[in-house]
Amino acid sequence: MSTVAPVFQGESPQSPPSYLKAGHTIKSWLLTGDHKRIAILYLIAVSVFFFFGSIAASMIRVELVSPRGVMLENDTYNKVFTAHGIIMIFFFLIPAIPAVLGNFLLPIMIGARDLAFPRLNLLSWYLYVAGGLCALLAMAFGGVDTGWTFYTPYSSMYSNTNVTLTIVGAFIAGFSSIATGINFIVTVHKMRAPGMTWFRLPLMVWGSYATSVIIVLGTPVVAITLLLVVMERVFHIGVFSPELGGDPVLFQHLFWFYSHPAVYIMILPAMGVINEVITCFTRKRIFGYHFIAFSSLAIAGLGFLVWGHHMFVSSQSMYQGMVFSLLSYLVAVPSAIKTFNWTATIYKGSVRFQTPFLYVLGFIGLFVVGGLTGLFLAAMSTDVHLTDTYFVVAHFHYVMVGGTIMGFLAGLHFWWPKFFGKMYPDNWGKLSALIIFIGFNLTFLPQFVLGYLGMPRRYHYYYFAPEFQFWHIASTAGASILAVGFLIPAVYLLWSLKYGPDAGPNPWGAKGLEWTIPSPPPTTNFVEIPVVREEPYAYDAEADEREERVPAETKR
Amino acid sequence: MSMKTEALQAAHGAEEQPLHHQFEELPQQNESYVVGMWVFLVTEIMFFGGMFLAYVLYRWRYSEAWFEAHTKLDIPLGTTNTVVLLTSSLTMALAVHFAQLRNKRLQLAMLGATIGLACVFLVIKAFEWSAKFQHGLVPGPNFTWEGLVPAPQAQLFYSLYFGMTGLHALHVIIGIVVIGVLALLTALDHPLVKNDFIPTELVGLYWHFVDIVGIFLFPLFYLIPK
Repeated sequence: MSTVAPVFQGESPQSPPSYLKAGHTIKSWLLTGDHKRIAILYLIAVSVFFFFGSIAASMIRVELVSPRGVMLENDTYNKVFTAHGIIMIFFFLIPAIPAVLGNFLLPIMIGARDLAFPRLNLLSWYLYVAGGLCALLAMAFGGVDTGWTFYTPYSSMYSNTNVTLTIVGAFIAGFSSIATGINFIVTVHKMRAPGMTWFRLPLMVWGSYATSVIIVLGTPVVAITLLLVVMERVFHIGVFSPELGGDPVLFQHLFWFYSHPAVYIMILPAMGVINEVITCFTRKRIFGYHFIAFSSLAIAGLGFLVWGHHMFVSSQSMYQGMVFSLLSYLVAVPSAIKTFNWTATIYKGSVRFQTPFLYVLGFIGLFVVGGLTGLFLAAMSTDVHLTDTYFVVAHFHYVMVGGTIMGFLAGLHFWWPKFFGKMYPDNWGKLSALIIFIGFNLTFLPQFVLGYLGMPRRYHYYYFAPEFQFWHIASTAGASILAVGFLIPAVYLLWSLKYGPDAGPNPWGAKGLEWTIPSPPPTTNFVEIPVVREEPYAYDAEADEREERVPAETKR
Repeated sequence: MSMKTEALQAAHGAEEQPLHHQFEELPQQNESYVVGMWVFLVTEIMFFGGMFLAYVLYRWRYSEAWFEAHTKLDIPLGTTNTVVLLTSSLTMALAVHFAQLRNKRLQLAMLGATIGLACVFLVIKAFEWSAKFQHGLVPGPNFTWEGLVPAPQAQLFYSLYFGMTGLHALHVIIGIVVIGVLALLTALDHPLVKNDFIPTELVGLYWHFVDIVGIFLFPLFYLIPK
């Protein structure tokens, strides 16, 4: 029985053209209201920023090969790591999954023709690009040296670099994020197809919804905070600077009130992707649907109560630190619920080791390492030792990069045939997944050791401890492998657009409304709005075998 | 599908509201816009919230200096402005009311009245601010303070005074522009707003939010108790 929609709405002579063929002019792309086209615009823009951010990362890793530094002056090094942080966080990790995969899939997954506000959606892309250009211009013409955190009073009173323009860029990009968040919330509340109840929503939608709640509540706070920094910098309206009567720790409170939840803006959508992929490639229903759905909301809620763990050594009171430490431990509970449920889903599943699933396994591995090392940092006594060392760097790369990039690539490989109707070579996909996993661990595992031994972050040399060189060289070698791992998918995915075999509407034999429409989907998604009659992830491995509905892996 | 067709037919037949392509029926469309506006207002509350937090922190820490600093504000002007702002909320609510009744003439009159009151508010605010400039109470290198309490603490009061009332005034200006565009489109029977009271209602929600912020700002800055 076909699951969610009564009839497969395949291509027929009178079916509407796909969204890719709905217009061929550049204008038809740049003025589109179609959530799918906007997702593709985002995919292109996000990839460009990822490229720039990666170049900055490579410069950091090359610099640290030698104890006295290789090529960069100390000022330049400060600008490079700042550029790396700002580009990767504000312009890659935060928008990557919601704005690309979420934009494309969220309306289709709930059975809608578009997001509730298509023009707002387009505006969000333009804001994103405008913000990104501001930041890139600031970096091209002199750079910024504050670190991505813009700590006051250095950023507001002392730094002689392009802080204002960079902050304007981040500020504008924040409103792009807010626009997406509002759009997703309204769409999930008001645009669900008949029968698509809250507990029939794919868990990716739950993840995107929880993310949107964080965006809507958190982003405005960092926006006003950055605005106050600019006002202090430009007009000397003092709020944070002690010489003007202000309190710099207030900046840290306001900044981390957003920027800690921002980590969950990056990871929650990735977790959503994992649910979709893991069920398809184990041919099983998700284990503990309700627990996963509510753990997303729990992470979103708890995420707002833990910002103080970034400030254990910032002069906040010890009792405040204890409360934040305890609350930070609590975040481990919903995270563990998810991880255990995914593991239980794999257990006794008919696992098919194809590219998206390899990325899922990578995600679980890296996220567990990143999450557990987070507990070290949430404990005040160890944090005092590890603050501002490479241990912190390794930890947040495991969570944010390991989690988000693995989730992004898993989703991109899973839905690529839906995006473009073309299949990529699975063997190359598997190879690159393996290379990325190995490269990632080789890059960041040594950094845990470095941090434990006392290597401070944001230093461009370590001649005081030449014995660190071994670990730094290992890390740089890993980064090189990682770069190769990222280049391979870029090549074969682009190759597949022209030469890949047609994927058909449902190459994975997956459930979910997006697989009931043609690939690539028509502009209005559905000829007729479907009526949902079944729970999500209604996989049945035995029925698959009986009906041989699942194409053999080797064919692709 | 059938519902959409009916709605479309109804739209053509009886001059109903237009239905946008992404929606299936009119109630869904109307509710989506209203929910979207409320979510946007939540982001606005958080946006102002950062400044309110700074206000709470410093007023609690420098309460004596802030009491001294606030005595230089003009309470009669502030009170007048609050009344003006509240009255503009009334005219805005009436504009929504007449939009629902499809009484275009009165709707436009009320929108015009709202714009007028908002301009009065800005003019009074400008007088207040220029007085502060003359008295050297603007934060920055020219800030002058002759009192017993430390100057940086008093300056912080005026930093937040200008920051928060400035951000509020910016919202009033945006409101004037948005109401003006709405009035213009309504007068021209533009398809975006024709037979559709939702745009007026959304602008109304925004305007009431701006008013509420003003209502909080007035006592926080003008009426600090000893």
